[in-house]
Amino acid sequence: MPEATAGQSEVIQAAIATHRHRPGALLPILHAIQDGLGYIPGDAIAPIAQALNQSRAEVAGVLSFYHHFRTRPPGNAIVQICRAEACQAVGARQLEGHAKQRLGIDYHATTRDARISLEPVYCLGNCACGPSVRIGDAVYGRVSPAVFDALLDQLDSDVVVVQ
Amino acid sequence: MATRIFVPSDTTARALGADAVAAAIEREALARKIDLELVRNGSRGLFWLEPLVEVETSAGRVAYGPVRAEDVGGLFEAGLCSGAARHASFQGRPEDIPFLRNQQRLTFSRVGLGDPLSLDNYIELDGFRGLSRALTMAGEDIVRWVTESGLRGRGGAAFPTGIKWRTVLDTPSPLKYVVCNADEGDSGTFADRLVMESDPYMLIEGMIIAGLAVGATQGYIYLRSEYPLAQRVMNEAIERAHAAGYLGEGIRGTSYRFDLEVRLGAGAYICGEETALLESLEGKRGMVRVKPPLPAVKGLFGQPTVVNNVLSLAAVPFILDRGPGAYADSGMGRSRGTLPFQLAGNIARGGLVELAFGATLRELLYDFGGGSRSGRPLRAVQVGGPLGAYLPESQWDTPLDYEAFAAMSAMLGHGGIVAFDDTVDLRQQARFAMEFCAVESCGKCTPCRIGSTRGVEVIDQLDADPEGNRVLLEELCETMTDGSLCAMGGMTPYPVLSALRQFPEDFTADREPCGSREPV
Repeated sequence: MPEATAGQSEVIQAAIATHRHRPGALLPILHAIQDGLGYIPGDAIAPIAQALNQSRAEVAGVLSFYHHFRTRPPGNAIVQICRAEACQAVGARQLEGHAKQRLGIDYHATTRDARISLEPVYCLGNCACGPSVRIGDAVYGRVSPAVFDALLDQLDSDVVVVQ
Repeated sequence: MATRIFVPSDTTARALGADAVAAAIEREALARKIDLELVRNGSRGLFWLEPLVEVETSAGRVAYGPVRAEDVGGLFEAGLCSGAARHASFQGRPEDIPFLRNQQRLTFSRVGLGDPLSLDNYIELDGFRGLSRALTMAGEDIVRWVTESGLRGRGGAAFPTGIKWRTVLDTPSPLKYVVCNADEGDSGTFADRLVMESDPYMLIEGMIIAGLAVGATQGYIYLRSEYPLAQRVMNEAIERAHAAGYLGEGIRGTSYRFDLEVRLGAGAYICGEETALLESLEGKRGMVRVKPPLPAVKGLFGQPTVVNNVLSLAAVPFILDRGPGAYADSGMGRSRGTLPFQLAGNIARGGLVELAFGATLRELLYDFGGGSRSGRPLRAVQVGGPLGAYLPESQWDTPLDYEAFAAMSAMLGHGGIVAFDDTVDLRQQARFAMEFCAVESCGKCTPCRIGSTRGVEVIDQLDADPEGNRVLLEELCETMTDGSLCAMGGMTPYPVLSALRQFPEDFTADREPCGSREPV
């Protein structure tokens, strides 16, 4: 795993300092690091373990247990597709297939241009109006393959605008 | 006087474009020089009508839905501000919409009416009345009221809430906790989210009352990371409640103290199981604990802990305000009060339906839900989340009651109802149940950890030896049911076996191959 940069170390240290004294501090620390960096670098494990007086194995064990935490940098946008039953009932399986084909990647992968990471999610709580997709913190309902394409096109143009 | 217009702000309304509608209304009002007061209310849970725009008129509120941003100009043209009936999306008074009118909303009576974060609005709509009474009662008496109300755990296990509270009350300890299970992971459920996004003070009030009842001074809301909006609303609500003296030291001038904090999960379904949730709150892997000891005796950080679902805690303010009888008067048998059902999946009118126990699935699916969204016949219904059974039409007249469902190897669970039309392949659904269990198992016990993976394999190989592998699958399910530590492995066989037994035609070798039916 690549070493954390100086800027990353700062985020890691700040997360540890802010949360270490809270009861059950490990998840809040990991959330703070991922919120700041987009992922949790391997270099974060040792200082967290030291601050919480735990073994590195314990910290790594928690990190690997939770689907939400990632140990590699994601693409510019994280696209989550709901795989759960309520969305299956209205075409989520077709949507999944379409999304994988359009992006050319499977779940847990990032496109080669590093723009989009595709993730499965088991329920976004939008079950009356599926299929549901989450991009960043925004949830979209009744996402047909055509709507999905429109969302991606918009994402592409947003990226261009930012650049 | 300013024209007051309401545009819902919950996740589903936003997922269907409510923010764009709100922006369009502001633009249009400005262009027309209309003095506008835009309120972002919560949602009433009539999701098929979202975004459901309401306008306040001299004759009460009038609703329009579903409204798209591009409809807004036409809506104003058609007399939106006076509540005119000329637009196609006109729904009349929201209270008169049959979907809402025919419900018995006790817990959700306030949901969607106003700005979820407005304390004034909450108090105006009878908020904190339950707390005011609880502050004058002994913990013992609060527990007795909750027991008498007949309230049972709304997370799915249906354990009597009062008895759980009694155990925590009777376990001496200087430090006790109230933990709210807001890890609403079941597909087809969104009632917890709706409470947190649309009526957050109700949950806060319920938790304070629980703290008063058992003598706990610290509360945690364990919220799933898939609900970023609920997190923002809850955090803001907690801050405002604190500033107004409802939380912290000396609640409302009394000597009581209660602190409350939201803690975020990290995408693990198993953390909805109460002991795994406690492990996660302690900063560990979400591994299920062996019971006993019960969390009520030895829970968070080894201390006596009330662990209740959002809906259980949200029911408490009503019980304390109106008395246990007012709640217990509804329902049937040992299932007292109401259950907020959630209509989801392939359904024409999806949303939240709070009803007294005793209605039937058929009433929910057709009278409220209006049949399938696709227009095709409904074929199977999964009730109670991914661990719930798939029910064929022959079982849709069973009363919605904890015991009646248990009697047919099904469960009401958290009240999620997922409808499927006739394109569903139950063998595929059974396989998914096993696959989901394999992905989400905490791994502590073998039947769940290994059994789920073997289950996927056996279902994949059914055609090779239909008879032999069917027996194998049934035996595997028996092992999981009897040998698993918690409901994850113990109940995954529900959807699998119900699919296998109630829809055998989907498991034959000469069935129509997967995906050959027309998609939705």
